[in-house]
Amino acid sequence: MTSTTSRRRTVELFLTFAAPLVLLGVWEALSRSGAINPIFWPAPTSLWGTFVELLTEEDLLHDVWLSTVRIFGGFLLGAIPGVVLGLAMGLFWPVRVFLMPLAAALYAIPKIAILPLVMVVFGIGEVSKYMIVALSIFFLVVLNTMSGVLEIDRSFRDVARNLGASRLEMFTTVALPGAMPSIFTGLRLALGFALIVIVGTEFLTVSQGGIGAMIWKSWTILAVKDMMVGLIITGIMGWLLSLLIGLGERLVMPWRAST
Amino acid sequence: MSDSALPSLTGAAAVPASGRLASPVLSTTRLGKQFNTPRGPVKAVEDVTLSFPTGSFNVIVGPSGCGKSTLLRMIAGLEAPTSGELTFGNTHANGVKPSNALVFQGRSLFPWLNLRQNVSYGLRLQGMSRRERNRRADDLLQMVGLRKFARSYPHQVSEGMRQRVAIARALAVDPDILLMDEPFGALDEQTRMLLQEELLRIWESTGKTVIFVTHSLDEALTLADTIIVMSAQPGTVRTAFTVPFSRPRSLAAVRSDPRFAELFTRTWEILRTEVNTAHAQQEQEIAG
Repeated sequence: MTSTTSRRRTVELFLTFAAPLVLLGVWEALSRSGAINPIFWPAPTSLWGTFVELLTEEDLLHDVWLSTVRIFGGFLLGAIPGVVLGLAMGLFWPVRVFLMPLAAALYAIPKIAILPLVMVVFGIGEVSKYMIVALSIFFLVVLNTMSGVLEIDRSFRDVARNLGASRLEMFTTVALPGAMPSIFTGLRLALGFALIVIVGTEFLTVSQGGIGAMIWKSWTILAVKDMMVGLIITGIMGWLLSLLIGLGERLVMPWRAST
Repeated sequence: MSDSALPSLTGAAAVPASGRLASPVLSTTRLGKQFNTPRGPVKAVEDVTLSFPTGSFNVIVGPSGCGKSTLLRMIAGLEAPTSGELTFGNTHANGVKPSNALVFQGRSLFPWLNLRQNVSYGLRLQGMSRRERNRRADDLLQMVGLRKFARSYPHQVSEGMRQRVAIARALAVDPDILLMDEPFGALDEQTRMLLQEELLRIWESTGKTVIFVTHSLDEALTLADTIIVMSAQPGTVRTAFTVPFSRPRSLAAVRSDPRFAELFTRTWEILRTEVNTAHAQQEQEIAG
């Protein structure tokens, strides 16, 4: 039993790193052989020096920090009200019927397209960064939370009602934990979206820094190696965010972790 | 075979086999439920007049879709009757109406709570302190033989264990009436028989009034003081009769009793007509 589990662990660990390593290996080979233009596709190993340089001589860490704060600020600003509204829409059909057309329509608009409007309302500074992230993920969280509530087995609600649960208790002891798996699906997607949107936004506000600004700046001066480092860092940020949400899932839903 | 061969109790107080106090903890008078569906109103339950003596074990059998679950849900307060009434007896001196707790078929334990938390859920709603409710929950888990699984989650234990926990959860709030909606329906035959014995043991030690819905005649004859046979939709009481086997009961004793076969056959004769009617209705519905 234990030996199969540990063998499985080894295989898991191997497979986790296999795909990115293979990709980097192929890239390296193609770039070194000249099959792809090394000016635009510098070999990954040649980027290490650039990375160290950016870390020590430029403000790479500060850019990462700026983007991270914007992601989390916007995430909290969008996700918390999103969960609350999603629960309400799931539990109360008039709320659902009233807001559903609006939510479905707004959900479909590419949020980066409303950045000018957001800047009109919230200015060109940090607040509009938080707001654009919050708006991008809000409906995603709302819709996932709502469907989570709607999918809760009727018998759970019946048990709670039969044992005398009040409306508030129904909310806290059935709807919230019952919808938790779907809420986390929403949050996971939301964190990914937050990263996408913040990088896009930073492209448009280069002077205010952030990893997106760093990528765009590098491109405009044809510092391709710098740009590549930025892209890889962005990828790593995405991966770390998904690890983080996985950790959150295990903490909040111990019943799912202990299979 | 006419109904009169069985002592019909429709509209009258059932007489418990074991001579328990016969004052009803609950009675229904011409109880009915009509659902509005897109295809028009459907009568699920009609004219059900029954009386459940305190401490009795009542089993309702009937074809599937006959409204027996709806009847149970009305008693549990989960559906409002559209006609007739439910009258709870004066079991409590202070005028508090008798309480009930419902045990559902299949997946009804909260997957996000461990077994102890599931059992103590009702007590938590009542505002009991954590220490007190954990103690009560552990006692009940002990009673159903699952004390050492207190911290396991439902998905980690078997279906049979989950149903035992569901029963413990209902008993935790110390209800006057234990309502059971095909609680063993999803279990394999052997586990089912074990749980039937366990339920008999628990019931004999707690003296609760039980109203138990099943479609298994075996199960009904094994458990019941009184069997109520319901008709095809709209569900109404086709007949009700007392089961003569002595208490305390064992499955083996009941099934080897010659009266078991006789009662089984006679009840099946009645039930069979209703099942046929139910099937005809379903075919018509599908065709229509």
